[in-house]
Amino acid sequence: MSDRTPERLTVFKTYKLYVGGKFPRSESGRVYEVTDSKGNWLANAPLSSRKDARDAVVAARKAFGGWSGATAYNRGQVLYRVAEMLEGRREQFVREVAEAEGLSKAKAAAQVDAAIDRWVWYAGWTDKIAQVVGGGNPVAGPFFNLSSPEPTGVVAVLAPQKSSFLGLVSVLAPVIATGNTAVVIADERAPLPALSLAEVLATSDVRAPLPALSLAEVLATSDVPGGVVNVLSGRTAEIAAPLAAHQDVNAIDLAGADEALAKELEIAAADNLKRVLRPQPVDDWSATPGTDRMTAFLETKTVWHPTGSLGASGSSY
Amino acid sequence: MASAFEYAPAPESRAIADIAPSYGLFIDGEFTDAADGKVFKTLSPSTEEVLSEVARAGAEDVDRAVKAARRAFAKWSALPGSERAKYLFRIARIIQERSRELAVLETLDNGKPIKETRDADLPLVAAHFFYYAGWADKLGHAGFGADPRPLGVAGQVIPWNFPLLMLAWKIAPALATGNTVVLKPAETTPLSALFFADICRQAGLPNGVVNILPGYGDAGAALVAHPDVNKVAFTGSTAVGKEIARTVAGTRKKLTLELGGKGANIVFDDAPIDQAVEGIVTGIFFNQGQVCCAGSRLLVQESVQEELLDSLKRRLSTLRLGDPLDKNTDIGAINSAEQLARITALAERGEAEGAERWSPACELPSSGYWFAPTLFTGVTQAHTVAREEIFGPVLSVLTFRTPDEAVAKANNTQYGLSAGIWTEKGSRILAVANKLRAGVIWSNTFNKFDPTSPFGGYKESGFGREGGRHGLEAYLDV
Amino acid sequence: MPTTAPTASAAAHVLSDVTASDAALRRFLHGLPGVDAVGLEARAASLGTRSIKTTAKAYAIDLAISMVDLTTLEGADTPGKVRALGAKAVHPYPTDRTTPTTAAVCVYPDMVAVAKEAVAGSGVKVASVATAFPAGRAALDVKLADVREAVAAGADEIDMVIDRGAFLAGHFMKVYDEIVAVKEACGTSARLKVIFETGELSTYDNIRRASWLGMLAGADFIKTSTGKVAVNATPANTLLMLQAVRDFRAQTGIQVGVKPAGGIRTSKDAIKFLVLVNETAGEDWLDNHWFRFGASSLLNDLLMQRQKLATGRYSGPDYVTVD
Repeated sequence: MSDRTPERLTVFKTYKLYVGGKFPRSESGRVYEVTDSKGNWLANAPLSSRKDARDAVVAARKAFGGWSGATAYNRGQVLYRVAEMLEGRREQFVREVAEAEGLSKAKAAAQVDAAIDRWVWYAGWTDKIAQVVGGGNPVAGPFFNLSSPEPTGVVAVLAPQKSSFLGLVSVLAPVIATGNTAVVIADERAPLPALSLAEVLATSDVRAPLPALSLAEVLATSDVPGGVVNVLSGRTAEIAAPLAAHQDVNAIDLAGADEALAKELEIAAADNLKRVLRPQPVDDWSATPGTDRMTAFLETKTVWHPTGSLGASGSSY
Repeated sequence: MASAFEYAPAPESRAIADIAPSYGLFIDGEFTDAADGKVFKTLSPSTEEVLSEVARAGAEDVDRAVKAARRAFAKWSALPGSERAKYLFRIARIIQERSRELAVLETLDNGKPIKETRDADLPLVAAHFFYYAGWADKLGHAGFGADPRPLGVAGQVIPWNFPLLMLAWKIAPALATGNTVVLKPAETTPLSALFFADICRQAGLPNGVVNILPGYGDAGAALVAHPDVNKVAFTGSTAVGKEIARTVAGTRKKLTLELGGKGANIVFDDAPIDQAVEGIVTGIFFNQGQVCCAGSRLLVQESVQEELLDSLKRRLSTLRLGDPLDKNTDIGAINSAEQLARITALAERGEAEGAERWSPACELPSSGYWFAPTLFTGVTQAHTVAREEIFGPVLSVLTFRTPDEAVAKANNTQYGLSAGIWTEKGSRILAVANKLRAGVIWSNTFNKFDPTSPFGGYKESGFGREGGRHGLEAYLDV
Repeated sequence: MPTTAPTASAAAHVLSDVTASDAALRRFLHGLPGVDAVGLEARAASLGTRSIKTTAKAYAIDLAISMVDLTTLEGADTPGKVRALGAKAVHPYPTDRTTPTTAAVCVYPDMVAVAKEAVAGSGVKVASVATAFPAGRAALDVKLADVREAVAAGADEIDMVIDRGAFLAGHFMKVYDEIVAVKEACGTSARLKVIFETGELSTYDNIRRASWLGMLAGADFIKTSTGKVAVNATPANTLLMLQAVRDFRAQTGIQVGVKPAGGIRTSKDAIKFLVLVNETAGEDWLDNHWFRFGASSLLNDLLMQRQKLATGRYSGPDYVTVD
């Protein structure tokens, strides 16, 4: 017998989907193995079905009114709170990214830091984008005319396949910063950071069950309502197809689709004229993004109203 | 309305527009026959008289035109913006100079009243070119980066309801940003685009920068599918828009679509009633209702329904339907036999589904394509006439009780192009405008257009915006 | 064709509750639908683009001549001037006896007798401004005396001004009572035109309220202006008043006339106003019993245009009389 304390057996985590602010198992009852870059088993991830996708769309639609109707300032506060939560779980994400992408701890840390900073960057955009892309139009007549951006609605997001966390944050944050709600399909090969991200989003939610967080966090102002972000893991092509064809999805970001899948999904998306963001050639997710990922999911609404004169025509006042 | 004060006919002279017996395709600065020699006739919808015989573009011609546009692109896009601006200013001026001729031409080919082509279409066409001319050398200030680049060859397909205005909406921003253009006008209204080709020649525009291909849907489809087109812009039906979206899927072609609508015109009980009535009339009878952003669903608060409908019916009785060239004509001809058949069928469907149909006493000319201004009352969300775009002078009247209900009904459509709000209460306007899912909201007015004002839809009314700073984006590599 | 109009008391019957108290009247007037200025002006402008040619123009010009209240309202008016005006009203174009007479001559009360004599037997009416025209700033007694004098001298029509000060201060009942009193002073022989001085009321909402106020109080005509301020009749304010008389008849059965006054100088303008009448109130108002132009220089332009239509040549000012 040895006098050394035996090595402690770690507690595994059961990863679940994140839909409507809750953490359900997949309706399919199935999971798939997630491995690290060397093929070692990491965890089982839920294998989402078409019905999970449908439930996620319902949740996202339900959340859209409240989230898009929240003040831009409030959305900024909530998103900033998310960044705080991410920072708090930095070590967890570094580990997950390192395992998923086969990166050194330092490189994974750089990815996570960039992702958190990216989130902060988008948090600051919520109450500025309307000023940058909207504005008054000097029409040739007695009319007040104002164009403002509005979120397009429910956006299906195919997270990038080669950047499990920074890429994910880079595509998700602009969608919700602008007031859309999202159904995200996690990186098929490396879904764990996405699922963990979901936990962060959930823990910023005062309305959702909060088993794990401190009271201080609960009382904090952050508040990503359930349904604003829904995270599905599984086979991207399988989940994306029903989303692309779904009549109650307004837009789709194909970042995580290969050429053939992207074309197929774009064709399906034409049925209700979804706004389609095609896969962009991205070499480096850490490069500073422009506003394109926000404007891709914004509509422009232009409102006219007569101005007229203070008095009846030709008043001498 | 029979009146002691009968207005004598006041026809604009049709001789002002000198229409040749035949026209070719305009490719690389030259008018040419179609490769397969095909032609088609364009009619005056008000008389069914043949106006001209026009070359009908096919796939081979599309290829020729795209090649010409490609050849022209290098030089055109390399011109300093200030030079491109001057070409566009020239075009704008020539349009102003020839506006009376173009108004008559458009009225003849389209069937819309001269009052509209003279007072709405042509001034807006010229204004659109003026507006985008000024952008050509200021693109670095438009918010798309310091030096945004053009896309290349733009393939543009336009409808018959505002032939020259839709051409302006497409060509002006495309040229200002340095793209070259292949444009297909609608088969029932090719003439004004061909006159525009002549304006390009007068302006000295380099060959190949603008190519005009009169033709049918097959030419449009070939243009959209052409592998060397970088940008597709389409205005027309939602069904065709979806087909185009499928065609360009998986390519790098940038796409903007301006499609159908079923606009709600919402009248609250505290509306300025007389102006609301005018707005309703403008909303659905402007251009015989053949307007994608028409206010084709009147949502009236139940408490003022009776009063409003009485006023509206009285007003409709004063509308003057007839010879589009008569300066006093309010309602012209429907653009084509096909469109007339569609309107007729949908109106019959409305009746069959139990909505109550009303039209003012109104004598329709014996030749040409005509449809009397028509109201349907007792319409609910379930009626076909409340859901399908009719694209004709047919108004469906629905009622609501509360602002919430008005918004819910207004948004209960696959479309999202336009909406109207009539109330004297400012906060209600802003609250309702905020909730409406539509790209253009007219409050206490309707059907106002301006080159500075972005136009385009939500949902199945399409995507992208035309007009204003926003309209540049569709033609820039951003 | 003048019809027997229901009396003001009938209006009082249908809408009696709204004039029961100052508060009720205010509530009623403020409850009228608002007016969107841009929309109103756009509609007036759009009707102004009607192209009235050939036979329609001939009809319109004769109708317009027959609707003119040929007016002289100057401090320098003399019996000679008024006699000349009367002669012109009766024979606007002496060498062409097919020319219609004007509707009326319009003079100050002290000139009514002279005017009456000048138009005697012609069917041309004599209208007189009264109630301390144009400011209307006098005691009610004085105003009523002014009216009675004009009526006694034979005036067929009285053009009163409302108390704009009271209206703008929100004392609608005071304005109402004054119109009722003047109407009573007109008796059964004189028709009452109520001048709002729309340029001073300033907003279209006020013009609509004043129109209803005047009609409720028994006006036979509502009239835009005195011609003495910067802004007088415009297509937009006249269109608005035409909507008011149309709506008032629909509600009460009582028809009230409209008179734009001041600033209408050309045939082209006059025809635009007739188009407004035709397409707003309708043909029932296309008669000088229900529509008038308060004007002086307009008549000569109408006469020159009439000659142009008849002869094909343009006429000149030397071919019409200067009176």
